[in-house]
Amino acid sequence: MARIRYPNFTYGFPGMIHEFTRMRRDMERLFADLTGVVPDTLSSGVFPAINVTEDGDDVRVEAEMPGIHPENLDISVTGKTLTLRGERKLEEVENAGYHRRERRGGCFHKAVTLPHEVNTEKIAATFKDGVLTLVLPKAEHAAPKRITVKAA
Amino acid sequence: MTDKDLQVQEKKELQTEAENTRDVPVFIPPVDIYESDGELTLLADMPGVPPENVEIDLNNNQLTIKGVAAKPENGGRALLREYAVGDYYRQFTLSEAIDRGKIAASMKDGVLRVVLPKAEAARPRKIDVKAA
Repeated sequence: MARIRYPNFTYGFPGMIHEFTRMRRDMERLFADLTGVVPDTLSSGVFPAINVTEDGDDVRVEAEMPGIHPENLDISVTGKTLTLRGERKLEEVENAGYHRRERRGGCFHKAVTLPHEVNTEKIAATFKDGVLTLVLPKAEHAAPKRITVKAA
Repeated sequence: MTDKDLQVQEKKELQTEAENTRDVPVFIPPVDIYESDGELTLLADMPGVPPENVEIDLNNNQLTIKGVAAKPENGGRALLREYAVGDYYRQFTLSEAIDRGKIAASMKDGVLRVVLPKAEAARPRKIDVKAA
């Protein structure tokens, strides 16, 4: 008798959707590794969403966090791990009725592994229009070195 | 202190027939709208939009919010992209009469706040009942 094996349906339909999402994410990651092309967006699902870019000397990390006061933000770098921790507080409104409530508040804690070791002394952080920008200079030994060839 | 964990809200892209001339995505900003006796307040998350790039328009009963991102995504080699940078656009139809002259808007840390005071006629009025 032929038997068809289905994927794990234990968690029902939502579980299946979740499973497909995870599969898609894994595939995208695999292709990103293979082709070197970073896909459109690939969310880790952990707040805040970040973009990481790299040029010769620096690693740049940008994070969208509208309405977060910089004093409620804790940024630290240990080795190659960057940690962003904080809280987004939404104001409490009294004597008012809500028509829509789509914005979310709460705590967050995100850890990212940086591609290089960085010079922790020289990290610059700016917060403008709800976007956090971190410029992390690569550590001496990780930065590219230019070698000039002398004419003999 | 809330112990609730904050989740990433995936940016929803606006679907329109007319395309934008600038080749950037247009997102629908998440909003909070609340109403008190005297006014209607709208808060919208539009990270990356400086105050001078916000446009608010009230035409008849149609409130339009537009935000233009300050800069395109920066150069360098992308290692990880969890969000796209783009403009914001959203429209609402207001059911209540608004006092146009007194609309106030401010932008702070990427959050737009629009306060729309209700017109005199639309304010709730308490009616005193006199004893006969």
